[in-house]
Amino acid sequence: MNVLPYAIAVWLFLAGLYGVATSRNLIHLIVCLSVAQSSTYILLIAIGYRQGAGAPIFMYVPIGTPAVDPVVQALALTDVVVSAAMTALLLAVAVRIYKQTGTLDPQKLRPLRS
Amino acid sequence: MTVRSRQIMALGSAAALGLLLVWGVMRLPDFGAYPESYGDMLNAAAVAERHVTNIPSAVNFDYRAFDTLGEEFMLFVAVAGLAVLFREQRGQSDRKNLSVVQVSEAVRWMGSGLIGFTVLFGMMIVLHGSLTPGGGFQGGLILAMAVLLIYLIRGDEAFERVSRRAFVEALEASGAGAYILIGLAMLAAGGMFLENLLPIGRLREVYSGGTIFLINLATGVEVSAAFVLLFAEFLEESRKPSSER
Repeated sequence: MNVLPYAIAVWLFLAGLYGVATSRNLIHLIVCLSVAQSSTYILLIAIGYRQGAGAPIFMYVPIGTPAVDPVVQALALTDVVVSAAMTALLLAVAVRIYKQTGTLDPQKLRPLRS
Repeated sequence: MTVRSRQIMALGSAAALGLLLVWGVMRLPDFGAYPESYGDMLNAAAVAERHVTNIPSAVNFDYRAFDTLGEEFMLFVAVAGLAVLFREQRGQSDRKNLSVVQVSEAVRWMGSGLIGFTVLFGMMIVLHGSLTPGGGFQGGLILAMAVLLIYLIRGDEAFERVSRRAFVEALEASGAGAYILIGLAMLAAGGMFLENLLPIGRLREVYSGGTIFLINLATGVEVSAAFVLLFAEFLEESRKPSSER
């Protein structure tokens, strides 16, 4: 049984999560979150893969040619867009935090007080 | 909670999560031996029913069009939230000084040549969304890159001139709104929301797929404007207010 792509997805997710948990800089933390999220692309694409099949694009190949699952590919596209939007928003929050507190180190940030 | 204890807790829960993930992955189909027939059905049906050759596009803009509406509005809301976050702090009257950047001749020449190519390439990727890999999301991002190239070779002032906020915001909103209007138009025509009732065109031609083609265009407009707005907000945030000089 070939589980290498799945193993890479698990490894990427855990490596990203480790970075998030131990990060000392918010920008680094956001990059680690993107690493964890990229594991989902690999998982999605790996699930739909079929040995010897082509891309689900029938522009230049005859209809009926064996192709991989198009649904997971569309999901991966959604995933990328969500990741980009979320990264942009988080970076904006990081900029805001830096301007208000003068630090990007999450350990130095105090809990919110009313 | 100290850093040390937090790390130990993180490692412990990561180990547990890792075991859970490995256990879950064990039950997945063998890599390369995808057994489901759903994908095969779509590969056959989308070509026959919708006359599109890019099946992921058909999934995104037709079979899962309602989900993609949510996806597009997530991008819309994220960019709006980012603008609110930055603008609230900046205030309205706060005038920024536009910096004059010195760029090398090489960057200016290469960039000037690349802008035309990038715009054309982006439009090609958007327009051929129902035929070949690409579509509104991918092409829209490439189009936004063309505007960023203007910043790279001409600096702040030129970027501000091509990305007038009122215009870019209106463009983004109309892209997002057009998606909903297409859905509502199908409703008015007697179908269901976002049902594909338009003529599907001829196979392997630029106009094919009915609403897939139109939604694709709307998405391209929305995504390119959203990313230009995103760059503009970050750039404006990076400038010093004139009073702090």
